Amino acid sequence: MEIFGVPLQAFLGQIILGLVNGAFYAVLSLGLAIIFGLLRIVNFAHGAFFMAGAFVAFILGRQLSLGYWPSLLVAPVVVGLFGVLFERLFLRRIYGLDPIYGLLLTFGLVLVIEGGFRVAFGSSGHPFPTPPELRGVWNLGFMILPVYRAFVIGVAIVVCLATWLIIEKTRVGAYLRAATERPDITRAFGINVPLLLTLTYGAGVGLAAFAGVLAAPIQHVYPSMGSDLVIVVFAIVVIGGLGSIMGSAVTSLGLGVIEGLTKVYYSQASTTVVFLVMALVLLLRPAGLFGREET
Amino acid sequence: MLVILKRSAIVAVVAALLAVPFVPHIIYPIFVMKVMCFALFACAYNLLLGHTGIVSFGHAAFFGTAAYVTGYAMRELGLPPEIGIAAGVIGSAVLGAAIGALAIRRQGIYLAMITLALAQLVYFAFLQAEFTGAEDGMQEIPRGVLFGLIDLRSDFNLFYVVMAFIGAGMWLVYRIVNSPFGEVLRAIREHEPRARSLGYAIEKYKILAFALSAGLSGLAGSLKCIVFQLAALTDVHWHMSGEVILMTLLGGMSTVFGPAIGAILVSALHHYFDALGAWVTIVIGLIFIFCVLVFRRGVAGQLHHMLQEQRPSAAPAGRRNVKEGQHAQV
Repeated sequence: MEIFGVPLQAFLGQIILGLVNGAFYAVLSLGLAIIFGLLRIVNFAHGAFFMAGAFVAFILGRQLSLGYWPSLLVAPVVVGLFGVLFERLFLRRIYGLDPIYGLLLTFGLVLVIEGGFRVAFGSSGHPFPTPPELRGVWNLGFMILPVYRAFVIGVAIVVCLATWLIIEKTRVGAYLRAATERPDITRAFGINVPLLLTLTYGAGVGLAAFAGVLAAPIQHVYPSMGSDLVIVVFAIVVIGGLGSIMGSAVTSLGLGVIEGLTKVYYSQASTTVVFLVMALVLLLRPAGLFGREET
Repeated sequence: MLVILKRSAIVAVVAALLAVPFVPHIIYPIFVMKVMCFALFACAYNLLLGHTGIVSFGHAAFFGTAAYVTGYAMRELGLPPEIGIAAGVIGSAVLGAAIGALAIRRQGIYLAMITLALAQLVYFAFLQAEFTGAEDGMQEIPRGVLFGLIDLRSDFNLFYVVMAFIGAGMWLVYRIVNSPFGEVLRAIREHEPRARSLGYAIEKYKILAFALSAGLSGLAGSLKCIVFQLAALTDVHWHMSGEVILMTLLGGMSTVFGPAIGAILVSALHHYFDALGAWVTIVIGLIFIFCVLVFRRGVAGQLHHMLQEQRPSAAPAGRRNVKEGQHAQV
């Protein structure tokens, strides 16, 4: 069977690949959105933390022979703690300033983190084994689905839903939303907003690292694996807006699929299609798809 | 006093530059040419960052596009350098107007992300285009003979030609900043709604600022291409966009020529510590963090501030912008 001249297997395969990429975009843009909502900082280092997550898992596996599953928990915590430290020591000092300084500060952090890993591990990729439980493929009859890819998509959806539930339905989430709207009044009610900021940054960064560990078996682990990704995520954020969690998740998955389809029909444009979509959205709907305009 | 000090500094710099080709054993003229290119690049970038309040995170696109266009014109089409440079400048100015027109549909942090994304689009376009040689870059671009008179294959001739072009570019930056147009840009930076209410077509001004900044960045890129006979992907990579921001921030974005100081410092760091490899990236990152946290005035801004404080008639802090409006900026 063929779809527009492309075998069904290849077609569906690219869609799955697109969804996997979309899943990473979703988890990353989620973290970016939460951090931006509360801290008013666009975390350029999000990609670097993604890479750091993958590397920490890689190091844990090699030095302590820690398995994939413990790493999936430990690596985000380690990176998240680093994020907490960074927020307390540096980010905190620039909250009053123009948000652009946040972008520049975290850009500096990217260079430090990437440079650090490059000094320690070189620029080339290190292979990362897929956990034995998730090796192999499912034969769905009409296509072959690698188990690990299905796992990644499933986990990403669960993570997005869980984050949404935490923010919309729990007490902590209510504090978070309140502090996003009016930090001054939230503070007057006796809620420790600075602590909330720290924890939010740590959690967002941890999410990025979590995505990094998820990505490690699919890509190789290398120092610049996060930075190219984060630029795509920025474009997605421009398309979807930073205002809505579900909006950014849906936009991410959608663009992942568009990217996959482009790979099938016009592979030269697959690296640029997201940016082209962004340009188109800016022309037609300048405030973004789910846009409340924020400056 | 301050004006005299600044004027004499400029005269001293020009005199020192004129002497450089005679003392190649002390300082490498090619390196000085590279520094001059980056100095113009940073000052051109600052037209947007410092003087219009627009943060572009994609200026490598303009720098690199001009390099590729010049390289293409001179190597593939066999055109002379003056046409090559003109083509590069026009190419990046047009690209600047196009990217600017898209980017200014949003503001602040979004605008920065949009320019970054569009520059990445340009990067991938050059990565895949056939004439660019992808990862190898466009090599062995002939330097040619300027106006059919000056043979640029001689480093000695090239140095003064580059110096003249950079000087003209710098003069243009200075003229733009200290023109009624520059006043409007500062008005937009300080209070956009008010500038709009005064009847200025904000969008047109911003797009023109983008085009001018991109065109001058392109002049720097074209000259760099001729000096090294190479246009490469590093010229369009986002690292380059970050680096020009650092130069501007480090040099002082509230001044006109401050970014040139940043360009000298960052280029020197690359040049003299190149052997340290990735450590240079780490150091540059740390300088970035340092500048954002505690050194937001930059070198020139700090000097200016200190000299101002010595004068009894210095205006109180926080009124910087009023003052800037009254004097020519240097």
